[in-house]
Amino acid sequence: MDGYIIGTIIKAVLILAIISALAGFGTYIERKVLAFMQRRLGPMHVGPYGLLQLVADGIKLFTKEDFIPSGANRLIFMIAPMITAATAFIALAAVPMLPEFTLFGVTVRPIVADINIGILFVLGMMAAGLYGPLLAGMAQDNKWGLLGAARTAIQFLSYEVVTGLSILAPIMIVGSLSLIDFNNYQSGGIGDWLIWKQPLAFILFLIAGFAETNRTPFDLLEHEAEVVSGYATEYSGMRWGMFFIGEYTNMITIGFLASLVFLGGFNSWGFLPGGIAIILKVSFFFFLMLWVRASWPHIRPDQLMWLCWKVLMPLAVINVTLTGLVMMF
Amino acid sequence: METFAFYLFAILITGLFAVTVMSRNLLYAMTSLAAGMVLISGLFFILGADFLGVVQLIVYVGAVMALYAFGMMFFDATGVIKEKNGSPFLVFLLGGMTAVLLVVIFAAPVIGHNVPSLYPPVAGADNPHAVGLVLFTKYLVPFEVAAVMLLVAMIAGIILAGKKMERSISKIDDSELETSGGKDDE
Repeated sequence: MDGYIIGTIIKAVLILAIISALAGFGTYIERKVLAFMQRRLGPMHVGPYGLLQLVADGIKLFTKEDFIPSGANRLIFMIAPMITAATAFIALAAVPMLPEFTLFGVTVRPIVADINIGILFVLGMMAAGLYGPLLAGMAQDNKWGLLGAARTAIQFLSYEVVTGLSILAPIMIVGSLSLIDFNNYQSGGIGDWLIWKQPLAFILFLIAGFAETNRTPFDLLEHEAEVVSGYATEYSGMRWGMFFIGEYTNMITIGFLASLVFLGGFNSWGFLPGGIAIILKVSFFFFLMLWVRASWPHIRPDQLMWLCWKVLMPLAVINVTLTGLVMMF
Repeated sequence: METFAFYLFAILITGLFAVTVMSRNLLYAMTSLAAGMVLISGLFFILGADFLGVVQLIVYVGAVMALYAFGMMFFDATGVIKEKNGSPFLVFLLGGMTAVLLVVIFAAPVIGHNVPSLYPPVAGADNPHAVGLVLFTKYLVPFEVAAVMLLVAMIAGIILAGKKMERSISKIDDSELETSGGKDDE
């Protein structure tokens, strides 16, 4: 029992350290990818190819004055960024990241908490993460912030239904809510991947995932051209940084979910071992988010609601019904 | 360990809901309501009902988010709300009596019979399956009635909200809109 607790603590600390470092590194990758797509070079001056830009940004974030506006509700203002960062990492606790491996004679399972309702827990926790932007926007006594908070509520009420319904069809096929069961169901090579059985659900889930992580084209909460910086207008320093660590962590989580549920998870892929296969898949989804950001403009809040409720939700319901009929007969 | 966790959650939940009722600040009231609802799912997790715990989490996160939207529309979020409270004593008496009555109604059978399990969980079925089995066999009629009720509510909502659904302000040309402050732009 003691070994279990110590192992869990080690895993939690490792995941926290690695993923937050990756989230920081993600900002560098994002700037580079966007720059190359726009025929620029991006950060180049600090270190080789601008690699140390990351450190410079980190120093800036940590040493910047932590500013709280006078009209703001101090307590809520201070709590809000922590909600975003904490829920992002709590969600990650139920995600199996790599296949089992043996280290120093101990079999390690790279998942912090193997609960049998993993996928629901992850989605629920990520949904709770949107309380961060909502509270931040409402607490800062700034009209742009309030607009950002209102858009958070709209966005949440729009995409949440699509996420749940799109993921329901794969759940019906696998017959389990555990992400490890999803992975094992697709263990027979590329032909077994759920994306071939559920292409529509995959696309719907991906679109909802973009809305969940507020990436372009659904980055309504903080779109600079319209609402200054939305919910993050009054934030500076480390509190602002926590919002973005949360956002990038959520991007990684969505990448893991999409790979585990639809793209065969961490099963070995041809000659590639499973661990490398899933890292490649998650990297692809991360790149896809940047790619979409470079190619598409963002949409209006009413267009998001129209899209989610009038197009995606009926499609998801039809998909669930058809899956049920096919499974029954 | 479990006892400790239960009392921790119980104290936190009671405290948070007390803040919800007592506080005059909209943000504090709503946030403590949301936090309390999330913590209730902790009680389900302690009892081993993982599925219900997550459902509690997902449902109430969404529901309170909708409440925030209304709060944002009707009140100033950062200020203190003036409550109109004619006779505090009457409110306290009625509210308190209702609360005591509810506690007695739900607690009396528990104390009297030591909570018999009406439909014990099927052996071997895990959490979601156990819930599904009971829901779609023993409680099918209440489930369907609830579904019909939600359908009625949805239709009513669409009819109430949908009167001018086709008219979109962003599609109307600016000159056609009645603008009293239009001259300021010139």
